[in-house]
Amino acid sequence: MSNREVVVTGLGASTPLGGDVATTWSALLEGRSGITYLPEEWHEKLPVHFAGLLAEEPSEKLERHRLRRLDRTQQLSLITAHEAWADAGSPEVDPLRLGVVVASGIGGILTTLHQYDIFREKGWKRVSPFTVPMLMPNSPAAAVALEFTARAGSHATVSACASSAEAIADGINMIRSGRADVVIAGGCEAAIHPLNIAAFAAMRALSTRNDDPQRASRPFDVNRDGFVMGEGSGMLVLESAEHAAARGARVYAVAAGTGYTCDAYDMVQPDPVGAGAARAISAAIADAGLSPSDIAHINAHATSTPAGDVPETVAIRTALGDSAADSVAVTSTKSMTGHLLGGAGALESVATVLALHHGVVPPTINVEELDPNVVVDVVLDKPRELPADAVAALNDSFGFGGHNVALVFRRP
Amino acid sequence: MAHTDKEILDGLAEIIDEIAGVPAGEVTPEKSFVDDLDIDSLSMVEIAVAAQDKFGVEIPDDQLKDLKTVQDVITYIQKQ
Repeated sequence: MSNREVVVTGLGASTPLGGDVATTWSALLEGRSGITYLPEEWHEKLPVHFAGLLAEEPSEKLERHRLRRLDRTQQLSLITAHEAWADAGSPEVDPLRLGVVVASGIGGILTTLHQYDIFREKGWKRVSPFTVPMLMPNSPAAAVALEFTARAGSHATVSACASSAEAIADGINMIRSGRADVVIAGGCEAAIHPLNIAAFAAMRALSTRNDDPQRASRPFDVNRDGFVMGEGSGMLVLESAEHAAARGARVYAVAAGTGYTCDAYDMVQPDPVGAGAARAISAAIADAGLSPSDIAHINAHATSTPAGDVPETVAIRTALGDSAADSVAVTSTKSMTGHLLGGAGALESVATVLALHHGVVPPTINVEELDPNVVVDVVLDKPRELPADAVAALNDSFGFGGHNVALVFRRP
Repeated sequence: MAHTDKEILDGLAEIIDEIAGVPAGEVTPEKSFVDDLDIDSLSMVEIAVAAQDKFGVEIPDDQLKDLKTVQDVITYIQKQ
């Protein structure tokens, strides 16, 4: 029961562009920005006045009494898990063979901060008895496991902005190793709060383009000045190929390869030559049993920070080699969604799978002048069709702490 | 600040609807919180705190565990 083929049979998303996969995907193809201004009262104290806020509030889909006992990360994960599960045709699966790997980068920090406010104002008796099960980093995974009665195992990978890519990688490997037949895998982030914006701003990591928020996230542009915080979730239903075939499921893609490495270079700065990222990309391609020339498209991590975007393109060129690197269509959908932190890898895996499925790559928007140090072909402004014989696509994600995760999806 | 049984029942029903999502109409005196209304222990803590705010009666933890039905809570509040 090892090294079994794993396929993607369901997708879910809730993002700054839309409350589901369909609206998010069409906005990505239209090249629309999901970035908006933060509440007016936050502006005075913060150097950043905008973010990628959810297009649809969880209260549109979850009952009031459930909202009060679930952190926003859990709310989002339940919503996207339900969408992905329905999209997969609600598979019949033995609870002992159903697993969950759902990540967030930061955990239930909105709950932590809100309950601390209550504690200070009203005392310990008014602190919600649900505080702990809401703030735990494994809370979203636990909520999904409980909702779908998943008893094969429930896991929460934590690797900053690579968290949900790692969740998908672990989900794939959970099926390959024989521990489960079906896994709900993905991630979420809901951390838009003045303190968190102040904290990222204190690192000088955020764009401060307050006069033009929708043009602030501009990966690969020579004048990029930082990332734009976003909130949301992406979710996949992963399934062993046999299990999917036995029930006649629609297969979006084969979840073919995983690669994980660590830079061990600096806590937060990327390695300027992207050595660890290149090793992750190479490992994922090898794990998929493919050659670099099979990779037709890469959904890049590229967050629009001055430090990060160029080394990533160097890593891609190192891993693929000059010939394959010249023919790969690279994009950063963060130009439209902002950076979903722990939710980024999952949302961008959804986008990667759909690009392969529909044969079209969403554009990178807002690039007025491409950084001359970018050494890959970036899909600018308008979507680009993939060649009819395109074999595979790759999504890479990196996180503070030096985490690098790459995922390869192949056409069925 | 005395309350009638009916006032307490209506107040509890409102709290239980808000906290546990049980429709107010289902909250009747003979119902057990755990067996009939499917309310878990953490929700009971929240309900007790909300009831304290509404009726001005504190329900200590060692009393709370003995309050099995809606009527038990009504009786407890009336006795204080």
